[in-house]
Amino acid sequence: MALVHVPPFESFYVEHRDAVLRELRRTLGREWAEDAYQETFLRALRAYGKLRNADNLRAWVLTIARRVAVDQLRRREASPPVPEPATDSRPAYAALGELADDLPRKERAAVVLRYGYDLSYAAIGAALGSSEDAARQATSSGVRRLRRRMQ
Amino acid sequence: MTVSPILDNRFREAAAAAGLLDVTYDLTDSPVGTLLLATTDRGLCRISFDPQPDREAEWLAQTFGVRVLRATKPVEPVRRQLNEYFEGKRTRFELQVDLHRSAPFSREILERLALVPHGETTTYGALARAAGRPQAARAVGTVMNRNPVPIVLPCHRVVGANGSLVGYGGGLERKELLLKLEGALQNTLL
Repeated sequence: MALVHVPPFESFYVEHRDAVLRELRRTLGREWAEDAYQETFLRALRAYGKLRNADNLRAWVLTIARRVAVDQLRRREASPPVPEPATDSRPAYAALGELADDLPRKERAAVVLRYGYDLSYAAIGAALGSSEDAARQATSSGVRRLRRRMQ
Repeated sequence: MTVSPILDNRFREAAAAAGLLDVTYDLTDSPVGTLLLATTDRGLCRISFDPQPDREAEWLAQTFGVRVLRATKPVEPVRRQLNEYFEGKRTRFELQVDLHRSAPFSREILERLALVPHGETTTYGALARAAGRPQAARAVGTVMNRNPVPIVLPCHRVVGANGSLVGYGGGLERKELLLKLEGALQNTLL
């Protein structure tokens, strides 16, 4: 099979974002779809640099979207949304911005994605290439580190 | 479009904040027209005049990696310093420049170019001599013409031995405008 040139992520993203959102809305409903949208494209982005064949990117990204949707439905069934632990309460974002610069790379990304962009832990996990739990841990240890520094 | 601008931007900025991109780019307005600005982890890697974003994204992907995405935040320092420069409030850029994909000779010439101060000019021959290649004035001209980050690496400050402006990748009008802005034109024959 001939290898098809992998386009810049920008073109891929612009070409398929509407289809991905439609698919997610269909399976998850409007409200939940937005978070799954972030998770889908963050997962796609992580894998994108290793793609060797751009044969059918539409099918590829829709497969990721369906997997994300299935995961989200499972999570919803397993545990209804619980209040976040106290260490995880929202710090003032203004104070956070510059301070976060000094955090270890992973914690910094987790804190900024959580509080700067309001991403779910599942989506943060997708961005960091780790599990939802690991994303939660990275975020809270980042916040704890910030707290210690602010004191 | 089904995807709202808010949702779209949130993904773009989150992707950049997560450190998942090879290149981030954005467009900005300036007195020399719309500019495309692009950065990698290593620094500013591209400024282009009259950009055609699709073609630029293709070039960036081939040069630095396919994870190319338009987003605002990573290019913000570049945008800010360029604005200050055009307002006459900045004479030196404090930006890392990513030249690691340039050939060694180009890189050496571009690094020397970076030292030519605001308000002054040099010549193709002088840059060639400074690089220990006195015969290479023409090759220096080619490097200037292909400068990946014009304005910040000031190829507009390089003129002919007789003071004529010679040429500019972004067009001679822009070279003249930049030199006038810097107050460097009175010593130069047009």
